[in-house]
Amino acid sequence: MRMRTIEISVGGFVLAGIVALIFLAVQVSGVNTGGASQTYEITARFDDVAGLRERAKVSMAGVTVGRVRSIEVDMSWGDAVVTMEIAGEPGNLAADTGAKILTEGILGARYIGLSPGGDEETLAAGDEITETQGALVLENLIGDFLTNMGKS
Amino acid sequence: MVGFVRNLGARFLSWLAALGRATVLWVRAMSGRPDWQDVGLVVKQIYHVGFLSLVIIVLSAFSIGAVLALQFYTQLARFGAQEAVGIGLALVLLRELGPVVTALLFAGRAGSALTAEIGLMKTTEQLSSMEMMGVDPLKRIIAPRIWAGLISLPILTAVFNMVAIFGGMVVAVNWLGADAGGFWSGMREGVEIWEDLGKGMVKTVVFGLLVTWVAVFQGYDAPPTAEGMAMATTRTVVISSVLILASDFLLTLVFYGEF
Repeated sequence: MRMRTIEISVGGFVLAGIVALIFLAVQVSGVNTGGASQTYEITARFDDVAGLRERAKVSMAGVTVGRVRSIEVDMSWGDAVVTMEIAGEPGNLAADTGAKILTEGILGARYIGLSPGGDEETLAAGDEITETQGALVLENLIGDFLTNMGKS
Repeated sequence: MVGFVRNLGARFLSWLAALGRATVLWVRAMSGRPDWQDVGLVVKQIYHVGFLSLVIIVLSAFSIGAVLALQFYTQLARFGAQEAVGIGLALVLLRELGPVVTALLFAGRAGSALTAEIGLMKTTEQLSSMEMMGVDPLKRIIAPRIWAGLISLPILTAVFNMVAIFGGMVVAVNWLGADAGGFWSGMREGVEIWEDLGKGMVKTVVFGLLVTWVAVFQGYDAPPTAEGMAMATTRTVVISSVLILASDFLLTLVFYGEF
């Protein structure tokens, strides 16, 4: 009888642990987007990605549509190659889609904003976005401003 | 001077010998395939080590979550970022405070009890009489307790994290009036399942290993006197606390250090 109460308590204890783990995974980490959702990869070249990180979000019209997979530098051109994964089937983005590196708020994290294109053709998996605009680097802006001030 | 150096060397050697004995103890207790006959013993130990620790874990978790939320809220409210309480709370708990505080409480509540129990068994020569009967005390007494600690601590940590986040929510949302939607969605946006939850759980398994190992060894190695047992119990809490904090630093360095 005593052993039975112990077994029931331990069963409840283990169950509580499992419930807690599921709570932490679903409610706190939010893994409901995993599983069946399909993604494909596209790349884009930027002259400057200053502060963009892997797993930064890729958004269109303010809605997150993907994540940055990797950032590499192409030494021969001196620009950054950003690979991102986009949710959905290949073909949901026009071929002349533009990509811009933006900042959330003034001090927030960098992310990629996609601007819609009008082309009939679409981007296939592995394609490259050609219309890009790199990050605005504050130091460069200030530098430009000061030199222009000096001219006028 | 010579005496000092000799003393230092002797201390180092005896420390090294203790480490060696501890390793031999652990390997001998845990080697070989686990006997399914002993599952009952493990269950009983989980009851003592894990289930009975639930009360202190839940109470501490709730107050720690509440205090964290209060501190975060008052600071973040100055920037109008009250909703960031959720993400801050979740990251701090999952990555650091959950595993560490649970392990410290576990060392105090369960580790010391393990040491005292095994120490008393040794003092009253229960362990030697088991050997006389041909029962290996390492397999019968030590191994189930190590397994129970290894199983219980991750469960306790998960419960701790859940209750602490709940406690933080009660303070931030229900009491101070942060927006519940922002609280949860910020958390979901910023918390990664492996990066935060998974690595925290790895930490807790390492802590479980360290605490049970220290507790069991101190009990098994205690001098069979009242004084020796008192020392061993104290040592369990001190050594495992220091080991938890030191290994937490190392693990954090390995997991999150960018260099």
